[in-house]
Amino acid sequence: MYPKELRYSTEHEWAKVEGKQVRVGITKFAAEKLTDVVFVDLPQKGVKVGYMQPFGVIESVKAVSDLYSPISGTVVDVNTKLVDAPEVVNTDPYGEGWMILVQPEDSKELDKLMTADQYATMVGESGS
Amino acid sequence: MTVPGQRDFPVIFEFSTPGRVGSSFPAPDVPELALDALVPVEHLREEPAALPEVSELDVVRHYTRLSHRNFSIDEGFYPLGSCTMKYNPKIHEDVARLPGFSRLHPYTPPEQAQGALQLLWDLERLLAEISGMDRVTFQPAAGAHGELTGLLMIRAYFESRGERQRTKVVVPDSAHGTNPATAAMAGYQVITVKSDARGNMDVDALRAAMDDTVAAIMLTNPNTLGLFEERITEVEEIVHGSGAQMYMDGANFNAILGVTRPGDQGFDVMHFNLHKTFTTPHGGGGPGAGAVGVKSHLVPFLPVPVVERDGDGFRLDTDRPKSIGKIRAFYGNFGNLVRAYAYLRSMGSEGMRQIAETAVLNANYMLARLRSAFDRPYDRLCKHEFVLSGMRQKRQYGVTTKDIAKRILDYGFHAPTIYFPLIVDEAIMIEPTETESKRTMDEFIEALLTITREAKENPDLVRTAPHTTPVKRLDEVRAARQPDLRWRPKA
Amino acid sequence: MTARRKGVEVERRVQHKYIPATDAEREEMLRAIGVGSVEALFADIPEAVRLDRPLALPPALSDPELIAQLRALAQVNLDCDRATSFLGAGAYDHYVPSVVWHLAGRGEFLTAYTPYQAELMQGELQAGYEYQSMLCELTGMDVANASMYDGASATAEAAVMAKDLTKRPEVLVSTAVHPEYRQVTRTYVAPLGVQVTDVPYRNGVTDLNAVEAALSERTAAIIIQHPNFFGSLEDARALADLAHRAGALLICAIAEPLSLGILKPPGAWGADIVAGEGQPLGNNLNFGGPYLGMLATRMEFVRRIPGRLVGATVDTEGRRGFVLTLQTREQHIRREKASSNICTNEALLALAAAIYMATLGKQGLQRVAELNLRKAAYAKDAIGSIRGFEIAFDAPTFHEFVVRTPLEPDELNRRLLQHNILGGASLGRWYPELRDAWLLCVTEQRTREEIDRLVEVLEGIR
Repeated sequence: MYPKELRYSTEHEWAKVEGKQVRVGITKFAAEKLTDVVFVDLPQKGVKVGYMQPFGVIESVKAVSDLYSPISGTVVDVNTKLVDAPEVVNTDPYGEGWMILVQPEDSKELDKLMTADQYATMVGESGS
Repeated sequence: MTVPGQRDFPVIFEFSTPGRVGSSFPAPDVPELALDALVPVEHLREEPAALPEVSELDVVRHYTRLSHRNFSIDEGFYPLGSCTMKYNPKIHEDVARLPGFSRLHPYTPPEQAQGALQLLWDLERLLAEISGMDRVTFQPAAGAHGELTGLLMIRAYFESRGERQRTKVVVPDSAHGTNPATAAMAGYQVITVKSDARGNMDVDALRAAMDDTVAAIMLTNPNTLGLFEERITEVEEIVHGSGAQMYMDGANFNAILGVTRPGDQGFDVMHFNLHKTFTTPHGGGGPGAGAVGVKSHLVPFLPVPVVERDGDGFRLDTDRPKSIGKIRAFYGNFGNLVRAYAYLRSMGSEGMRQIAETAVLNANYMLARLRSAFDRPYDRLCKHEFVLSGMRQKRQYGVTTKDIAKRILDYGFHAPTIYFPLIVDEAIMIEPTETESKRTMDEFIEALLTITREAKENPDLVRTAPHTTPVKRLDEVRAARQPDLRWRPKA
Repeated sequence: MTARRKGVEVERRVQHKYIPATDAEREEMLRAIGVGSVEALFADIPEAVRLDRPLALPPALSDPELIAQLRALAQVNLDCDRATSFLGAGAYDHYVPSVVWHLAGRGEFLTAYTPYQAELMQGELQAGYEYQSMLCELTGMDVANASMYDGASATAEAAVMAKDLTKRPEVLVSTAVHPEYRQVTRTYVAPLGVQVTDVPYRNGVTDLNAVEAALSERTAAIIIQHPNFFGSLEDARALADLAHRAGALLICAIAEPLSLGILKPPGAWGADIVAGEGQPLGNNLNFGGPYLGMLATRMEFVRRIPGRLVGATVDTEGRRGFVLTLQTREQHIRREKASSNICTNEALLALAAAIYMATLGKQGLQRVAELNLRKAAYAKDAIGSIRGFEIAFDAPTFHEFVVRTPLEPDELNRRLLQHNILGGASLGRWYPELRDAWLLCVTEQRTREEIDRLVEVLEGIR
């Protein structure tokens, strides 16, 4: 089941509203597909990100994927723990495995994202 | 940081003992002027490079022992689909080492290198005949290098025609990874077209994707599923109809030698993997040689120099204003070209046809004997290789294709290609080649069938394989998370 | 299939020594497949594209005939065993110890594939790890890959790396870099929108003032060669400093890695990427290939380095082992996002280079470099003293130097051939201003007698 308080993108990112800011990471479904994460390439603080534009790259032993921002805005914080411990993305994707914290330009963009149920349906449809 | 334990196989630096030498040189016969009299001291090393100090016997033992920890075609069956691991004849090693080839400097005046240029000329004619192409360049060092050369020529061709709107390259979803990577290197955007239920390129999807912004399609034929593109004539009409070029990845040429020619199928340019079909040895990953054949409209764009006739002899032509330039220094992996030439001269026309027929016969034989034990994505006779899926074993017993591959190592064989092509889940791709006997294939088939039984009766045995190799399953995740890419002495 | 009907004639299949399937086995296999003939296996190939004739190839040669044929071709060539060679210019005649190819040519190495099944291929993986380690020692860089195609294409891929790392659109290339390396770099970067700007040399080395004037915030990298194409030593540290001050990278191309036996390694004077040619390390001249591209860089750039990397790890029982790692950079996983398309590389030649470096070792590499330096210095001195010949540049050199000649260099070489001497590379084809000049190379292979004989012959030429 997917945490109900989060919103989800079609590229398997989650967005969590924290006051005026939005925290971003990837879902358990995505982490499991990738298998053991070995490296996460994240932007610097201050970088601007665009809705559904790539903001970084995630690598596992067998795959590499772009990370897409579910919201436009400016990166105000980056999870540097992932540099030394990328595996946290696998073990705690919604908590310690967060990637960037964004100051959004337009919170209404969040309405474009899916609810937990909608996301569950999407990944259920695409199979294992 | 990996700390070597007691059962570790030592790295050569660990044998190093100060003062040991492994080489000999004549005493200096010129004045031994001080180094800093010849070279300003700021250019000189302060410390010699910390290479190992070992005796010649140390070197011989170390690398001999390492060779025993390596699997090779000389040792056993190597059914890697898409790699064409056929026997590498020893006579090729002898001819490649002839001093007239191996000790020939590339800038030897062409008048003094006529034997080498004759060989290049003759090899070109042979490959052109086999492929239906007009001219062949030997500059590329590998298949992927050849792909780059081919796409750069296509790019130059369209530039010369003012067709700058052609910014895309179409590849099938079954394409080898080098194809899209090459397209990106050549500045193209990659469009992927799906395969249909018979494993052919989906012609309707192709038609929808083709317009005048597409520069080329890159196809492998037979494709990476081991299947001949049945609708190749329709593909040709569509691609040429929209003014684009057809590029052939020649990795699977072994299946069609003497049967059909890429040039006759409509391809404008192709690369040959001389280290596959033409049996130059793989060497643990290289060197290869990736000759590229072209039709006459692309000849002006060939990399320089090009071997041309010069009276009774040959010269190297660099006066080619439309050439794409060069993709490596000098002329090509000449040492391997000698080997490929020797192979073609020893097989002849009848031999070429037999290679294809036997390679295809062998593969279909193995497919026939294995197909009931595995899921089979396509219900067709194959060409020189075939793809099965390990999904059934994964679903029923939790044993993956990777596990099966590792268990094959315990039976004394190299595993087939796994997880490629990407469009088949838990893919297992097997290519026996024509140099393998029925006896060897039967042994492998028995082993693989036994493993499928093990998967059912003793899945853990398979999941924890390999058991008999010098090292057990290696932690690839750790290698990627904590890269240790060079040896360092213990602090 | 055993026979093919063609009109009335039946062609009997010839049994070939590389194709073991006998007639009986073919019949058995066809039965197992469930088809009547091999033809049936090709039924899905449209008639329209089928060959309707045998390939027009010369008749097959037996082994003894093949050897005779190849020998005949080889014997026509004037190789460096038959003539005394003073040719360099990016391919060098060095002594290759016997152990190198006795070991590297073993079937277990020669006929193995890329080590994707690591547990079965610890031999070549470990050899690759050792090679990477040796290269780091030699160049002073943090990480080296397991090989590229050759020095020229390695330089080109280094330029692409620099563009990706700095996101800047221009590379400056000294014209003292090997002309073919420069040409290959241009070919590689052309489709990527990168501008390649030549920076001139002066007195045989890269003109520092010209570099400074050409540097801008558009510069991704400066590419130099050290020793350069003329054999001269560049003011490398100064060039690295200039690059870094402008936020650019310094790429050092190395055509002669043996020079690192005595020269300060690029890592010590500030190079960011080293792109080299490993042919001098245990690999033969082979008329230009296969050669060995080398690529080494700083640890912070490791995820951008193209080509294969071998890494150490442990197995399930705690033993050290080796695997191909960081493979997600590569084409087979990353596909169109890969930093390069390289798949097959020059692994066997890297193995030979590692064996060569192990055989020579710390002392031997230094000794052979000293021999090269001193023999070339002896020759340079003697030739510079001949009337009509002039050493073109003042800069210190390693084992190659440029000589201005009283005769057109190609004519000079024709006369030298009469004495069974292969003279230097004539430079006019690449440098019009040097059309009266020659690039002479003296390696440890040249004896004093051979050098004296060259001098004698040159003295006699008017």
